Amino acid sequence: MAEPFSILTSRPMPLIRDNVDTDQIIPSREMKSTGKTGLADGLFAGWRYTAIGGRDPDPSFVLNDPDYADSQIILGGANFGCGSSREHAVWALAEYGFRAVIAPSFAPIFAGNCVRNGILPAVLDADAIAIIEEANCPVTINLATQKITIGEDQNWSFPIDQEAKAMLLEGLDAIDLSLKMAEDIAAWQTADRATRPWIYLGAKQ
Amino acid sequence: MVAALPGNGALVAIDRVFLHERTGASALNSLAEAGRTVVDPARVFAVTDHIVDTRRGRTDQTLMPGGQAFITETRAAAKAAGITLFDVNDPDQGIVHVISPELGIVLPGCTLVAPDSHTCTQGAFGALAWGIGSSEAEHAMATGTLRLNKPKSMRVCFSGSLSKSVTPKDMIMTLIASHGAAGGKGHAVEFAGDAVRALDMEGRMTLCNMATEFSAMSGFIAPDRKTFKYLTGRRYVPKGAEWDQAVESWKKLISDVDATFDAEIKIDASAITPTVSWGTSPEHSVGIGGTVPENADERPLEYMALQKGQSLKGTPIDAAFIGSCTNSRLSDLRRASALLKGKRIADHVQAICVPGSSRVKREAESEGIDAIFREAGFEWRESGCSMCFYAGGESFRSGARVISTTNRNFESRQGPGVKTHIASPETVVASALAGAIADVRELL
Repeated sequence: MAEPFSILTSRPMPLIRDNVDTDQIIPSREMKSTGKTGLADGLFAGWRYTAIGGRDPDPSFVLNDPDYADSQIILGGANFGCGSSREHAVWALAEYGFRAVIAPSFAPIFAGNCVRNGILPAVLDADAIAIIEEANCPVTINLATQKITIGEDQNWSFPIDQEAKAMLLEGLDAIDLSLKMAEDIAAWQTADRATRPWIYLGAKQ
Repeated sequence: MVAALPGNGALVAIDRVFLHERTGASALNSLAEAGRTVVDPARVFAVTDHIVDTRRGRTDQTLMPGGQAFITETRAAAKAAGITLFDVNDPDQGIVHVISPELGIVLPGCTLVAPDSHTCTQGAFGALAWGIGSSEAEHAMATGTLRLNKPKSMRVCFSGSLSKSVTPKDMIMTLIASHGAAGGKGHAVEFAGDAVRALDMEGRMTLCNMATEFSAMSGFIAPDRKTFKYLTGRRYVPKGAEWDQAVESWKKLISDVDATFDAEIKIDASAITPTVSWGTSPEHSVGIGGTVPENADERPLEYMALQKGQSLKGTPIDAAFIGSCTNSRLSDLRRASALLKGKRIADHVQAICVPGSSRVKREAESEGIDAIFREAGFEWRESGCSMCFYAGGESFRSGARVISTTNRNFESRQGPGVKTHIASPETVVASALAGAIADVRELL
């Protein structure tokens, strides 16, 4: 179960590149065990360290900028999280301490993985993101009101579907919710067996 | 759809789940730790493909440090859960999106998910097949369902017919180059039109494979006689009267003539040329006669060591790779070997061919295709995902320039600093022969 997400205030770390893929967020070589932890050191490893496989920080990469050491929000480019479906990308972000990504668009699998792990994928157009980057000040994300605010009164609305919003706000476990519908699922399958028997590969019932 | 959920959501029945060893143990163990079970193990499959060694005489040992644990833990977890595993040296082993169709696990009209972004490949059969993360895989296995928002719809219509030596890989790369890597964002994309109908099933899989590189939720093609013929007699398809009943129902899986889509794209297939990528996203692609765009970003140019305005053709390469869930099926290897026959690749080029499945490998060998590849200077491997991606084990040498039939030209995807140009098998062969990126049409 993920930690509920309500209101978050943090200075966002700008990583405004289009098509930041999950190979960059967590390179495959950094996925060293079948567990979901121990991934924070591998976050953005290819960009963060001076050599592949090394651990010497590259000061030119924003993650190593002390100004953003406490940042919990990433400001991203279009199609953020594209590529491999590896949920390790989101586990690494969460373990490092990020709780939200603001970007003009997200790859669909990555966005789904975020929601399942208590990270908010907030869609904002590139112009708004440019203003936030320029302001370089803390932003407040209010999920309930779907507003992103900087300063006194500059704010933008962001869209999010009802299901994802509820999951994030309440830190719900999707499997628990769906298991409560087990009777509906069983009834549906009984009817479906009559029309699509070939779908059911186990012993005939 | 089992039930509607608040908003735009639905609880959708999941007919098939396919795991692989890179994330399979993780999902199965996490499920077990939560005290949950796989609700219908007969409809869950797993395969060892992602990090398995592709050299001859392979075992559980991998070139990836620690990789063996992924294989052994997935094996143990699959056994405990009672699901079917196609293991390292199983005759049915191969890349998940190659073997699922071979075995008739994917069927028209079914929903199939796998914790692998290229699951959209299997939409070629008129299935709704899409990639998910580990949490969703657990959800699908524990409940037989997924919570899904209705995706927007898009139709991409390829009219006319392809020119000689132009392939489905060139079709999908042209679409992504012209409409962007986020062009299909979140849509379920139907591929239609004369040029799509004319493709065989393996070509259709190549086309659907890169729907994820278009940021689509999935890609699919309406099933037709070719689909039914391909599936006939395969292991997990219905038999006897049930087969006839299934085919009748599958014939209805076509979009209405007057169907409307949230978005529509039309592409003239006859105008498509062999296509090659120049940068670090599949959207960074141009026709083989083209040049690196003048408005290209600096970052990919620097990584790829190319200049604006530079011609791709003639750029020297260090290596050539034929394999992956995009282009490693028998028809891909047949076409590649027809071009290679009796020829020899350039001396300085390291070339590797990795059949998409153990079945593809056996069939290719029975046709003498392996001999053609070897005599031309290619290595001939056991099946698997292999060097499509670098997991810490085998890779091309740092900084090498590789022409590859894979689907991703991301930074360091095929090894530290490796510069990947994605292209069709034909273009890879022509380039391997020339020692530089080449136009296959000039080979003929």
